[in-house]
Amino acid sequence: MEYLLMFIAAVFVNNIVLSQFLGICPFLGVSKKVSTALGMAGAVAFVLVLATIVTYLANACILVPFGLEYLRTITFILIIAALVQMVEIVLKKVSPALYQALGVFLPLITTNCCILGVAILVIQKDYNLLESVVYAFSNAIGFGFALVLFAGLREQIEFSETPKAMKGMPIALVTAGILAMAFMGFSGLVK
Amino acid sequence: MNNNLKILLNGLIKENPTFVLLLGMCPTLGTTSSAINGMSMGLATTFVLICSNIVISLIKNLVPDKVRIPAYIVVIAAFVTMVEMIMQAYVPALYASLGLFIPLIVVNCIVLGRAEAFAAKNSVVPSMFDGLGIGLGFTLALTLLGSIRELLGTGKIFDFAIYPESYGMLLFVLAPGAFIALGFLIAIVNKLRKS
Repeated sequence: MEYLLMFIAAVFVNNIVLSQFLGICPFLGVSKKVSTALGMAGAVAFVLVLATIVTYLANACILVPFGLEYLRTITFILIIAALVQMVEIVLKKVSPALYQALGVFLPLITTNCCILGVAILVIQKDYNLLESVVYAFSNAIGFGFALVLFAGLREQIEFSETPKAMKGMPIALVTAGILAMAFMGFSGLVK
Repeated sequence: MNNNLKILLNGLIKENPTFVLLLGMCPTLGTTSSAINGMSMGLATTFVLICSNIVISLIKNLVPDKVRIPAYIVVIAAFVTMVEMIMQAYVPALYASLGLFIPLIVVNCIVLGRAEAFAAKNSVVPSMFDGLGIGLGFTLALTLLGSIRELLGTGKIFDFAIYPESYGMLLFVLAPGAFIALGFLIAIVNKLRKS
């Protein structure tokens, strides 16, 4: 039950993109088509859960026992960068089909702030390993959900008449704002 | 000197990271709930940009081409950690309100982007001015967006009351207001650039 509430809170109430502003770059960058949005969402979900587990263990087993918490930012970003590279190599060998679907998005993920953001958040919130995994997974779903919804909206906007200065990014941002407003309706659902 | 001034202005106006290049959107939206927060975030990023640009332009010939990106990230992360510790020690209130977005300067695409596009190809002095120009352009954009959101949301700019708070639209301090305000701001910049 506790985990279900955590899931609902992360997906709807405190959506990682629309209310915490993490992962805005891919949210605006790869949301022109629903199919690419789905690919990106899958790649992020995969790396986010994996990276959270590895960084959590690195923090608990290496940084804390040796009193090196101030190196957290450097360590985490290096772990994430290496992990993304490894996932890319393994995926290429093990599952070429999956690599075909997610491959192009993987290099972009290193500089996706939702990965580092969630890795730091679970440390700040003092979660245990299982809670961290659930939290990471819920946020990945929340990210994918927002991204696919937004991509669907943008596909429609392509066909409508927008003022010249608003074309492209400005109208996309205003749409994202209205989407965020819709998500505000969920606030209060979970304490 | 004239050339350096040109590099500085290029970052500030012509290649403004927020309005023209559309980079670094996470801190732009996440930290601009008030003018002072936006400005501090901009200045913290400027510091990291200048220092990382200087160091990277110094070590650019020592680093093998294949490992340059991880090497640059380590340099950037070192300066971000410094900013984090300095802010925690001297401005704890600001540190608390910017929160997660300070360590996230590491993954701000502007910093790595400038390292790769400018500092890796130029000598120290121009790289420093490039960092300064881009940093100030970013600060300018964040302060502007922060001021607009604070004014529309609470009727204040830098905590200085312009009109009574009860007339403010709270929406602009909250998440949706960030997207909408930035959208319209970019539209205005687009319009001005065309004419």
